[in-house]
Amino acid sequence: MTAPAEPILEVRDLVKHFPLTQGIVVKRQVGAIKAVDGVSLDLHRGETLGVVGESGCGKSTLAKLLMALEQPTSGSVRIKGKDITKTRGAELKRMRRNIQMVMQDPYTSLNPRMTVGDIVGEPFEIHKDVVPKGGRRRKVQELLDVVGLNPDHINRYPHQFSGGQRQRIGIARGLALQPEIIICDEPVSALDVSIQAQVMNLLERLQSEFNLAYIFIAHDLSVVRHISDRVAVMYLGKIVELGRDADIYERPTHPYTQALLSAVPVPNPEGREQRERIILQGDPPSPANPPSGCRFRTRCWKAQDICAEQVPLLQIREGSSHPSACHFAEVNDAVGTH
Amino acid sequence: MVEVLSEPGSRGTTGGALLEVDNLHVEFRTRAGVAKAVNGVTYTVDAGETLAVLGESGSGKSVTAQTIMGILDMPPGKITGGEIRFRGSDLLKLPEDQRRKIRGEGISMVFQDALSALNPVFPVGWQIAEMFRMHRGASRSDAKKKAVELMDRVRIPGAKDRVNDFPHQFSGGMRQRIMIAMAIALDPEILIADEPTTALDVTVQAQIMGLLAELQRDSNMGLILITHDLGVVADVADKIAVMYGGRIVENAPVHDLYRNPAHPYSKGLLESIPRVDLKGQELYAIKGTPPNLLDMPTGCAFHPRCPYKRDNCVTDVPPLNTVSGTRGSACHYWREVIDDSAS
Amino acid sequence: MSEPTVTQDLIQHTEQPTEALAGVRSNRPRSLWRDTWDILKRRPIFWISLALLVMFLLMAAFPSLFTHKDPSYAQLAKGMDPPSSEAWFGYDLQGRDVFARTVYGARASIVVGVSATLLTVLLGGVTGVLAAYYSRWLDAIISRVGEMFLGVPYVLGGIIILGTIAPAQTSPNEVMIMAVVVLVLAVLGWPILMRIARSAVIQAKHQDYVQAARALGAGPIRIIFKHLLPNSLAPILVYSTITIGSYIGAEATLSLLGIGLRPPVISWGIAIADHTRYIRTGAHAMLFPALFLSLCVLTFVMLGEAVRDALDPKLR
Repeated sequence: MTAPAEPILEVRDLVKHFPLTQGIVVKRQVGAIKAVDGVSLDLHRGETLGVVGESGCGKSTLAKLLMALEQPTSGSVRIKGKDITKTRGAELKRMRRNIQMVMQDPYTSLNPRMTVGDIVGEPFEIHKDVVPKGGRRRKVQELLDVVGLNPDHINRYPHQFSGGQRQRIGIARGLALQPEIIICDEPVSALDVSIQAQVMNLLERLQSEFNLAYIFIAHDLSVVRHISDRVAVMYLGKIVELGRDADIYERPTHPYTQALLSAVPVPNPEGREQRERIILQGDPPSPANPPSGCRFRTRCWKAQDICAEQVPLLQIREGSSHPSACHFAEVNDAVGTH
Repeated sequence: MVEVLSEPGSRGTTGGALLEVDNLHVEFRTRAGVAKAVNGVTYTVDAGETLAVLGESGSGKSVTAQTIMGILDMPPGKITGGEIRFRGSDLLKLPEDQRRKIRGEGISMVFQDALSALNPVFPVGWQIAEMFRMHRGASRSDAKKKAVELMDRVRIPGAKDRVNDFPHQFSGGMRQRIMIAMAIALDPEILIADEPTTALDVTVQAQIMGLLAELQRDSNMGLILITHDLGVVADVADKIAVMYGGRIVENAPVHDLYRNPAHPYSKGLLESIPRVDLKGQELYAIKGTPPNLLDMPTGCAFHPRCPYKRDNCVTDVPPLNTVSGTRGSACHYWREVIDDSAS
Repeated sequence: MSEPTVTQDLIQHTEQPTEALAGVRSNRPRSLWRDTWDILKRRPIFWISLALLVMFLLMAAFPSLFTHKDPSYAQLAKGMDPPSSEAWFGYDLQGRDVFARTVYGARASIVVGVSATLLTVLLGGVTGVLAAYYSRWLDAIISRVGEMFLGVPYVLGGIIILGTIAPAQTSPNEVMIMAVVVLVLAVLGWPILMRIARSAVIQAKHQDYVQAARALGAGPIRIIFKHLLPNSLAPILVYSTITIGSYIGAEATLSLLGIGLRPPVISWGIAIADHTRYIRTGAHAMLFPALFLSLCVLTFVMLGEAVRDALDPKLR
């Protein structure tokens, strides 16, 4: 699990602001939604980086930026040293082979008018040189087999499959071009509980089989912990804490991480009366108008004057071995293990 | 029944539990055939008690709740058997005007998606006040005063100033609070919460669950919590009914079920939760997919996915066997399951 | 996200075959079009409108199958004679057989209705897809231009355009007369189709599968033809079918006002126009063409609605 020399994906100071405009004919910019606001992270070959955070924290926008589906306002996304945000045309198309995604909703992520064979084979239609025309059908059937679907079902349509099976089809499509990086954006949260474990196991098996690197975005903390080597916690467009899974789950130093972990209901009723809880007040503020200084200060019980004035940097703090973006970062013993 | 309703102080007078669902059957007639959504569901809830109904999509947990509330779409839905007794009288046999009275005053419901459950063109205060005007004939100003009180009670900051705001001006968590305010407006004896926190973030979920627990404590309501989240259940439930394929496969006090499940399905669900000490290992996964309601497996609906399956599971529907006092398991081999899960 | 009602949720759920059931259902691929056909073929209204449609199409293509009389053969002496065993629908003002003229009239009406619709779909479809796909300023321009055309009342627009560019009375070429009417109908009608195509494509554009295709490196042509169009076709198809009916009616309206089709073309609209003044003395000369006209419009509208119902997943 220790990092090899060169990261396969390097994200530096990534920023995405969506402009808010007014007016119908002449559009004036009246503000911006700061969806992603200065995110830096590395991903190594064969590694899983979990990204957790609540809705509106910018994790899905981050996924779209990494996939070059959105243009960042500033910052860079380097895949094997090459910046995908500055690449265009045929070169961008070639880079896309290396980074693919698995989407959240197995119902909307597959074109209902295409057969499974067409869906999984589409990557080969777009990148015609990967597999010669005659071999494509065989290749698609192989892929279906790899994700645990019956290769004979190649002519069926998506609505003939269950949610879990559809998610497997989406995974097969993501694998087709043999990428080294797969962005998983909430890949199991739309599935039934009994199916989630199946898909998690499949993702883990594929990772070891093809040495894939995952960015695993989810809001379910226990799922993220199970699959991730390292975890990044996001709040309002920024990473507030980043570390090995044990660091984040057992020795979190950022108050938001602590609150998040303590809010997750534990699936075990024993001792629930004694359990200590940090219950945050209110909702996350709007990303269109984030608080000055530390963005978490409006809900934080530790907040002092400095928090409103100075943006805390994501750096290693005293008494801890992993970076945390809090002026008063410290381990809180009240937060239990998950 | 009207007399019973007029004295809300007396709870559970008829000897049985406050709400009893007894062998309920519901079908849906669809183009593709008859979908058997609920196939003999029985459960009870008493004042002050929290029953968690746990199940996946299509397990019949929400259909049962909607049948209790009398808001099932009929057609295509059709109640083909069973009784729902509230304070001893069968709701399914009551005329519509009496049911309407029970809705809100006797039993009320909180939905998953507060945004679509609230009317977007009326201020939230007006919508809460409407409950008092309709059911209690309160005057406009009295009703509004009550609405502000309720918004305070569900901890909406600055309730007085926000009473005239519209639903879209509130955040998801605040909207859910407004829904809860409407649901408890008439002091119901039973509150049904259908996935009340599924659409919310974890930190907001904790707030809402805390609020529900507090309101329940204050007014001694019976709470039916419908969810698929094993964590939420463990946190708040007194007892659990696990549903699968329109049937209750296991019911038990919460501690017993988590410690020692007696049905292979509940056992499988608990084992498939990712655990710290098993990190890096393959998760236990229940094989196969949930049953097709149009074409239920014969015998036990869980048999195609069950590791305990024997020949008679394919042919005989297992009854809800009594495991002990208040525990039941609809498995032919529950003894084996419970022994395995104890070790 | 809207909360799915139990019924929808349930139907969705029941449409997911389990592994076991999938075997039973055989390996037959089931596209959404196939499902639509399965529903359609169980609807009597579909079969009734289809039968009528076939009848009208035959009438338009081979009028001689229905009558061997010459629609232009005039016997002035028999002018306005009522229906008899010899002439089922009677004779018109100039003593021509009303039945024969009604049968022969189907061709012009249907040709005008169908070709005006085709042109409308072409114009509205292309502009709608472009507006939706490229959005921003192209969308703004196309939408505003569309609104300008929509702002012109149909009949007024028809009078203006036909009054200006109609071929001179002296050169009564059947094809030219029809072409001008087709053009007018399409030019005034394309914005509605543009709007339908635009909203359907915008809806499809935001689906995850389009994002997935973009992530794979698919270009605009592929995304439009493989992903957007197949998923926006249903509303366009339904509206077009209904449009054929309404264009046939519109053609009759224009002809009635004397600015649409005119002799030597034979059409229901002309027949109605020629005999409105004689409605009290000889209603038959107007009644039968009007009856056929209504039936034909109804046929296309019924067909369109049957297809819409079958395509609408909410009604399944």
